[in-house]
Amino acid sequence: MPATRPSHLALCLLCCGGTLFVASFADATRLRQQRAGATHEMQALVRQLQLTDLCLFTEARYTRHPSQADLHSAFQEHPLALEHFPSGSLLLPPAILSSRHERLDREAEVPD
Amino acid sequence: MIELRQIHKAFNAGRENEFRALNGIDLQLPAQRVTAFRGPSGSGKTTLLSIIGCLARPTSGRVRLHERDISGLPERFLTEIRRRTFGFVFQQFNLISGLSATENVMLPAYPLGGDRHALRARAEHLLAGLRLAHRRTTRVELLSGGEQQRVAIARALINEPPVIIADEPTANLDTALAREFMAIIEQLADAGRTVLLSSHDPLLVDSSLVDRVIDMRDGRIVAAAAPAGDGG
Amino acid sequence: MNVWIEKQKYLIDFTLASLARRKAKNLGLLLVYSLIVFLLASVMLFTHALRQAANELLAGAPEVILQRMVAGRHDLIPPGYLERIGRLRGVQEKQGRLWGYYYDPVVKANYTFMVADDRLLAPGTLVVGAGLARTRGVAPGNLISFRAYSGKLFTFSIADILPAKSELVSADLVLLGEADFRAFFDIPPGHYTDITLRVANPLEVRNVAGKLAQQFPDSRPILREEILRTYESIFSWREGIVLALATLAVLAFAILAWEKASGLSADERREIGILKAIGWETGDVLRMKLWEGALLSLSAFLLGYLAAYVHVFHFAASLLAPVLKGWAVLYPRFELSPVIDGLQVTTLFFFTVFPYAAATLVPIWRVAITDPDAVMRG
Ligand SMILES: Nc1ncnc2c1ncn2[C@@H]1O[C@H](COP(=O)(O)OP(=O)(O)OP(=O)(O)O)[C@@H](O)[C@H]1O
Ligand SMILES: [Mg+2]
Repeated sequence: MPATRPSHLALCLLCCGGTLFVASFADATRLRQQRAGATHEMQALVRQLQLTDLCLFTEARYTRHPSQADLHSAFQEHPLALEHFPSGSLLLPPAILSSRHERLDREAEVPD
Repeated sequence: MIELRQIHKAFNAGRENEFRALNGIDLQLPAQRVTAFRGPSGSGKTTLLSIIGCLARPTSGRVRLHERDISGLPERFLTEIRRRTFGFVFQQFNLISGLSATENVMLPAYPLGGDRHALRARAEHLLAGLRLAHRRTTRVELLSGGEQQRVAIARALINEPPVIIADEPTANLDTALAREFMAIIEQLADAGRTVLLSSHDPLLVDSSLVDRVIDMRDGRIVAAAAPAGDGG
Repeated sequence: MNVWIEKQKYLIDFTLASLARRKAKNLGLLLVYSLIVFLLASVMLFTHALRQAANELLAGAPEVILQRMVAGRHDLIPPGYLERIGRLRGVQEKQGRLWGYYYDPVVKANYTFMVADDRLLAPGTLVVGAGLARTRGVAPGNLISFRAYSGKLFTFSIADILPAKSELVSADLVLLGEADFRAFFDIPPGHYTDITLRVANPLEVRNVAGKLAQQFPDSRPILREEILRTYESIFSWREGIVLALATLAVLAFAILAWEKASGLSADERREIGILKAIGWETGDVLRMKLWEGALLSLSAFLLGYLAAYVHVFHFAASLLAPVLKGWAVLYPRFELSPVIDGLQVTTLFFFTVFPYAAATLVPIWRVAITDPDAVMRG
């Protein structure tokens, strides 16, 4: 059979894709082992410092530690902050509030 | 070989615009002959050929092939019979553009799943026999009308059907190409195939090639006469 | 069997040849399709891995945290509370935590100040998270000044930086000694931010929490399970938002596919007629089209999924980070430990591959069951 037959080419490519698909699972296992060091390090840190949250959302106080926050208090830190409740993505704080806060932010330069 | 009995075909049956294209056709078509259907436009030639070739079903009446009633068979069997028995050369050639001449010729054999090398060799042999060897890899839309028709003939022959059906085969050809077509048909008839044609073209219908001419009008057969030239 | 395989190969040959005729259009379709799978798969892989990371990492968090509430907001633990807890069955260890937030106007970021008891930090020195060090541009030995909420300016020297590998939990941390912390935030001795309790037996946790709630009506206990559940729902809804947006894309694509499929062009209709006239069965035509749909959607799925895998786990989901970051200035750099949910991938597969194949098949079916005699007429 000539290698140029389109169906052979297509089936070959599909097989390659399938193999890579399976390989992705193998690669996941490999990476997990490779990154186990970091995981252990973080686990140790969590235990040692008694941490309660992932450092993912640092935009506001109450988003930094979702588990520790005064729950249900949107806009409490920074009127520009999008908080993590669904309503926050629907309703923005009034513009006056944010513009004033912006200015205050700039006025509050650190003296040093 | 083919026998038609009381074939009726009505389009849009039962509706306001019902149209009776065929009104009781009785016909016997022996094998290994060239038969031509002649008649004015709208007389039902194409309709009759598509019923004979199992492309359409009659509204009523029976079609018998090799003594077997095929008019009531389910679609799958009809396709099977069509594939084994009939090769079609359409008036508009109906090649699939974008594919090469060889690929077009091979198409009717795809569902059979035979060996590809053998199939390609057969297709190329057929094309070579029709003096198209040099055009076999050309995309069909780039071929001239005559070349396209020869590709269509090769496609009709690929499954080696005993019957060739050609609807108005010379309508799109000039005289020289029409003569060339007739030469090919003559070869096929000599090789023992049954050929069914429809045509207005006197060049074709009145030639010595045709064994039998069937005149049609308003969905009926008017007269069946053998041309003077040949007894057949 | 051989004939069957050979036949399928012929059908694939044909379908590829007809796809190749409208190369630009079909490649475009494949691209858009893969992109959608890529988007969906990226979100799925990323959030799932993140959820797993939260579960895995926070498993070491204290089982119970006691937080004092004043008028519905949390407040410092006054002196004496820690002692008042006394001996509770199942509690191995109890400890007052000191931590708080600091908004740094220089980079407009929030930091978490925290006392690390067992780190023995010399007065006036800090250990900071790697993310903070990067954002503020500081290195060990540098001096850093913070204006406390009281207005006084404090200058610390940086003793160390937490390992970069641990940014996912520590990017914004500022660790300092207890005396420095109390001075900086003006917290009198004996006061704590909250109290943590270690409970070894998971069955005791609820009991302990119940007793605490009874003993300290002004405080609320936060359980580790609740924390994990909170994370579960946060990621779920952020995933949900992205998926909801992606659904729009999927819908748009569905319209496109439907349009392409149902608005079968006159050419395609004619072609199907020709194929049937020259001896293809309805089933052959359908199978050929099924192959077309299957090849296209399978390739799109594989391409999209593989790209998503590489994107999320080898390129740290760089395209998704903005969604997660929100307005945060200080965002951790982290590599997720890949965990793939087979069920999720299977769902993705079914939801992306099958509808397309079906969408292409339905209108073909309608055309393919009609009599082929139309090809006899121009
Ligand atoms: N699908 C259809 N619906 C309605 N009427 C149809 C249909 N197909 C054919 N007809 C009508 O049936 C009649 C016979 O058509 P047919 O094509 O068989 O004629 P013909 O003899 O081949 O004509 P021509 O020489 O012009 O090709 C025509 O009047 C045509 O309009
Ligand atoms: Mg006609």
